Amino acid sequence: MLPVADTRGVNPPDHVVELEHVSRRFGTAVGLADLSLRVPTGSVTVLLGPNGAGKTTAVRTITGALDCDTGHVRVFGHDPATEGEAVRERCGVVSAKPALYDRLSGRDNLRYAAELNRLGPGAPIDASAARFGIEHSLDLRVSGYSTGMKTRLALARAVLHDPDLLLLDEPTSGLDPESAHAVLRLIDEMAAGGKTVVMCTHLLLEAEGLADQVVILDHGRDLMSGTPGDLVRRFWPDPSVTIDAEDRFALDGVAALAGVKSYERNGGPAKVTLDDLARVPDLVAQLTAVGARLTRVTPHEPTLEELYFAVRRESGAAVDRIEEVE
Amino acid sequence: MSDHRGGAGRQSSRVWVVARTDLRQLRQSPDFWGPMLALAAIFFIIAPAVLLFAVTHISEGSVVQKVSSTLEILPASARASVPAGSPEARTSYALAVFLFAPLAVIVPMTISTAVGANILVGEKERGTGEFLAHSPATEREIYLGKIIASLVPGYLTTIVGFFAYALIVNVIVGPQVGGWFFPTGDWWVLMFWVVPPFLALTLSVVLRLSARVRSAAAAQQASGLVTLPLIVLSYAQSSGAIFGSGTSGLWLGAISWAAAIIGLQRGSRAVTRPRLLGVDASR
Repeated sequence: MLPVADTRGVNPPDHVVELEHVSRRFGTAVGLADLSLRVPTGSVTVLLGPNGAGKTTAVRTITGALDCDTGHVRVFGHDPATEGEAVRERCGVVSAKPALYDRLSGRDNLRYAAELNRLGPGAPIDASAARFGIEHSLDLRVSGYSTGMKTRLALARAVLHDPDLLLLDEPTSGLDPESAHAVLRLIDEMAAGGKTVVMCTHLLLEAEGLADQVVILDHGRDLMSGTPGDLVRRFWPDPSVTIDAEDRFALDGVAALAGVKSYERNGGPAKVTLDDLARVPDLVAQLTAVGARLTRVTPHEPTLEELYFAVRRESGAAVDRIEEVE
Repeated sequence: MSDHRGGAGRQSSRVWVVARTDLRQLRQSPDFWGPMLALAAIFFIIAPAVLLFAVTHISEGSVVQKVSSTLEILPASARASVPAGSPEARTSYALAVFLFAPLAVIVPMTISTAVGANILVGEKERGTGEFLAHSPATEREIYLGKIIASLVPGYLTTIVGFFAYALIVNVIVGPQVGGWFFPTGDWWVLMFWVVPPFLALTLSVVLRLSARVRSAAAAQQASGLVTLPLIVLSYAQSSGAIFGSGTSGLWLGAISWAAAIIGLQRGSRAVTRPRLLGVDASR
């Protein structure tokens, strides 16, 4: 297993969710395999991974909808297996499919959730629907809703009881851009309100910029976790810069300069890895001195997508080794 | 946390919330209750009305005689309860009390098992089990809510159909036997003492099946087997083996209540969150 985030050293009460060495099998299939995960209070944690990585099982384990075979789970300090009601009252869940009652109206769906959460007659059904722009469709049957409307209704239902922990399982899958934006806006609002969000996704772009913590899962294991910045620094400790010039051959001299750890140019701009980003001005000065007319000098910030694929590439061998031992 | 949350005592029990929502869904599904109502109308109203009217007004004596001879299969105590009178009157009385009415019980029972068979596996199939699994409702609350939602349509139809049937029987056969006679004492016992626990017991089995199977079709098939005892009960009634023979109805009811309580207790374990999620079978 690759190194995990140092968030594990933080004081336990600061964590809404704590999974310690949790395993769950479904017959011969592995759901979770020794997964350890801590979700800090008020953070946005993104679980990244391909289909079957264990993201949904992790969400179900957090709410106590599934128990674990081995390991320990604490959510809000409770064990969801034995104190599930106390946990689930404080959770809002949007599952991969909206899980709505098609024969009922949108209002009846929200009312059902409100009554199960014992919100009473003052339940903010209209306000919750208005938050996602579906207040005018509330009295229509859900079977007539579009996919986007269904997701918005599922979101309205999930936040109806003002949960402290919002769990979103592939919430933007198959959505139009407007509805996807509503999901991302909700996550922003929840985080700004001090709530804790756990989102599962395999869409890396939507996780970019949202996540306080990223956990990359595969085969039910956490391959790597930490803040996006930490992960990038751990994976690519040396900064790199992209340089382009009118005459690209003039760039090749860079490879021999001090502080340059690697140099790559495959027909396009050059990618230069340095021991320190502070060397960039010297680099530019030296290239200019030899007559290179630079058109671009950009520090390269790896995206989550690059990170994900790099981790997956590197972990492939590691996972195989673990399975061999088992 | 939300300040809309009220105390548990002031709010609807989650059992009733689950039951009410399921019943609301049924009400919104004419494709389900339409055929069921039609079937109930045929067995409770149309078929008895036509047959009893034919028997009481038929002019062909040999036909009545043949039908009347079927009364011989009734136990002596049941035969003794048939009032003296013309062959038409005796035949129509026996048909009303011992033959037609039990058939009418099967239909509402079928309604409840049809609802019950689909009620849990339907949550799985539609994906709404995920919502329930993540809800604060306990598995027991979900189970009891589902039992009530399955029981109410069938039992309500039974009671309404029973009184409609009683009206038809009394209007058509009553004048032949000296006035209104239905429901008989045995029928009151059957409808309000035997049928409710029998229905609950049946549903406890049907819901266990519904929680375990993977599709509504499989649940319907399996629950079809469960309705067999109901048919036996109904035919026992039709032969007068149970009713018209002293306190056997009361005893049967008592046994049914005991069995129903045990069945409901055991059945509640069938509803688990993994099953609502549809992941349990692979464990």
